Amino acid sequence: MKKSRRSFLKAAGVSAVAIGAAPAIKAIASDPHGASHVVKKARKEALTAKRWGMVIDTNKLTEEIADKIVEACHKAHNVPDFNYEPDEEKYPDTRAVNHNQEVKWIWEEHFEHAFPGKEDEFLADKFKHLPFLVTCNHCKNAPCVQACPTQATFQREDGIVLMDFHRCIGCRFCMAACPFGSRSFNFRDPRPFVKETNPDFPTRTRGVVEKCNLCAERLAKGEQPYCVEVSEGAITVGDLEDPNSKVRELLSENYTIRRKQELGTEPSVYYIM
Amino acid sequence: MLEIAVKGSKKYWIWLGLLLAVMGAGFIVYIDQFLNGLMITGMSRDVSWGFYIANFTYLVGVAAGGVMVVIPYYLHNYEKFHRITILGEFLAVAALIMCLMFIVADLGQPIRMLNVLLYPTPHSMLFWDMCVLNGYLFLNIVIGWKVLEAERNQIKPPAWTTPLIYLSIPFAIGIHTVTAYLYCGLPGRGFWLTAILAPRFLASAFAAGPAVLILLSFIIKKVTKFDPGWEAMQTLSKIVCYALIANVFFFACEIFVTYYSNIPGHKTHIDYLFFGLHGHNALVPWMWTSITLMLTGIVLLVIPALRSNRTLLPFTCIMIVIGTWIDKSLGMISGGFVPSPLHHVTEYAPTGKEVIISLAVFATGFLILTILFKLASKVKEEVRG
Repeated sequence: MKKSRRSFLKAAGVSAVAIGAAPAIKAIASDPHGASHVVKKARKEALTAKRWGMVIDTNKLTEEIADKIVEACHKAHNVPDFNYEPDEEKYPDTRAVNHNQEVKWIWEEHFEHAFPGKEDEFLADKFKHLPFLVTCNHCKNAPCVQACPTQATFQREDGIVLMDFHRCIGCRFCMAACPFGSRSFNFRDPRPFVKETNPDFPTRTRGVVEKCNLCAERLAKGEQPYCVEVSEGAITVGDLEDPNSKVRELLSENYTIRRKQELGTEPSVYYIM
Repeated sequence: MLEIAVKGSKKYWIWLGLLLAVMGAGFIVYIDQFLNGLMITGMSRDVSWGFYIANFTYLVGVAAGGVMVVIPYYLHNYEKFHRITILGEFLAVAALIMCLMFIVADLGQPIRMLNVLLYPTPHSMLFWDMCVLNGYLFLNIVIGWKVLEAERNQIKPPAWTTPLIYLSIPFAIGIHTVTAYLYCGLPGRGFWLTAILAPRFLASAFAAGPAVLILLSFIIKKVTKFDPGWEAMQTLSKIVCYALIANVFFFACEIFVTYYSNIPGHKTHIDYLFFGLHGHNALVPWMWTSITLMLTGIVLLVIPALRSNRTLLPFTCIMIVIGTWIDKSLGMISGGFVPSPLHHVTEYAPTGKEVIISLAVFATGFLILTILFKLASKVKEEVRG
């Protein structure tokens, strides 16, 4: 029983691939995790990919849209907002906030912070003030997955790097390992700072790490991630391994860069310049 | 043998009482951390490890340093270390227990810590660190206890302790190598991403561990009738000297590579530590103090007349302990995290609560050390009787 949640998450990914790529029965037979009992739960409408990737079109991304994306993501995933005054009655004596201990899944950075190492004193002015959205890169060779001593951070077969909030011991080795600063630690109970709790997504407890999950819970229902939905076409998510996918079309038509490509983690988030 | 620990002078009990008071204070603060989370610390999203992991790293070094008495005594039959070897082993035991306590204090969900055993993960360096730390702790407890017991009964230690003693040598090297691998295998942290990190950790450990041991020998000589031996302390101080030179040399290599190659990802961290970055310079005085203390320590140990000065040696050792502590704890952790992977500068300083919890861990270590050293010195007194 104790493994059911985890095997469900794994199986959701495995079965999603299975439904998309081959007859489900064949996939179940070859499924090394023997998770056939949960395959039944996978929905037919689930969006699937061999390897999920994201393309962000910086030409289409305005400050306004970026703000909307951050808000939509954080609101839907119950990410605490430390600028929010907690309800005195429900949470009396809430201690003062340390804003350096904030939690964020996707946020705006300037070029020189999103792409340190690519900073250039003669960089075109238009790039200097553009908002660059940064989030988990769902790296193909994810250092956080390698570092985690309990496999609480793990990679699904479709490339999405997920977290099991119930297994995480809060050692923060993954935060040291991530070259993109994409991970946040719950230094305190986040719940008083969640303005409206979304009952469809779990809230977290103090002492665990969290990050962007590429809306795995929405892909499983056949829905696009929240950031894509409100991005007005600036963000596209799709299968990097499928040569006919929308993301591959964008990659073949535009010049794109990835963050800290030289480290070999193979980020799955591309930026159209 | 434990009965020795419950008999002691008034001073002994006052000392234990003091340590227990510090432990109690730390425990009360830890309850706050346990209930409210690591928000009570100065750590942040950018600097996600702090004082606990810094002290952990230093103490792994102190524990590994114990091997500097084990190798000469057991591999080279260096008789002068006969009386001091047990102290080195017991120092390792106390240091390792502090290490494990610091790790637990640093966990966000300590009640889940056994997940590391439930889901063993060989690709995580933390898994291996857990294996070698606990292994080395176990070896030192068994070896120290059995050898001391044999000495008390005036018989030879059981034959099976010999292979364990030999095994403890690679384990000592192993604990600090794996601890360095926690840091130096991470692709995005330029400051740690250097092959010299493990050798540098070992060099600093072989300076710090024996330096602590010399200081403890002075104290033991003063408060008990047992004398670890001046000659042994002199040999130890030579070991400290060469290890310290190696540590500073490795650091110089690091500085050369960083500044001659001029690669920004490596340079910014050392810039931050020694010169400050974008107006943030909290660690600058600390780092220069560390360098000054280590260089002075080398001078005071290299010159034979100064090294063999009984009044000067304890002060030299205190300087070296502080110098290497700043180098390997404070600087090593903050230097790795500042600037952040996105080149933001968030500085770190421990909070009062963090310091109290850390002091309580040290007090626990000293309590264990006091009891173990009391056993050792009493047994040695009896035997020489």
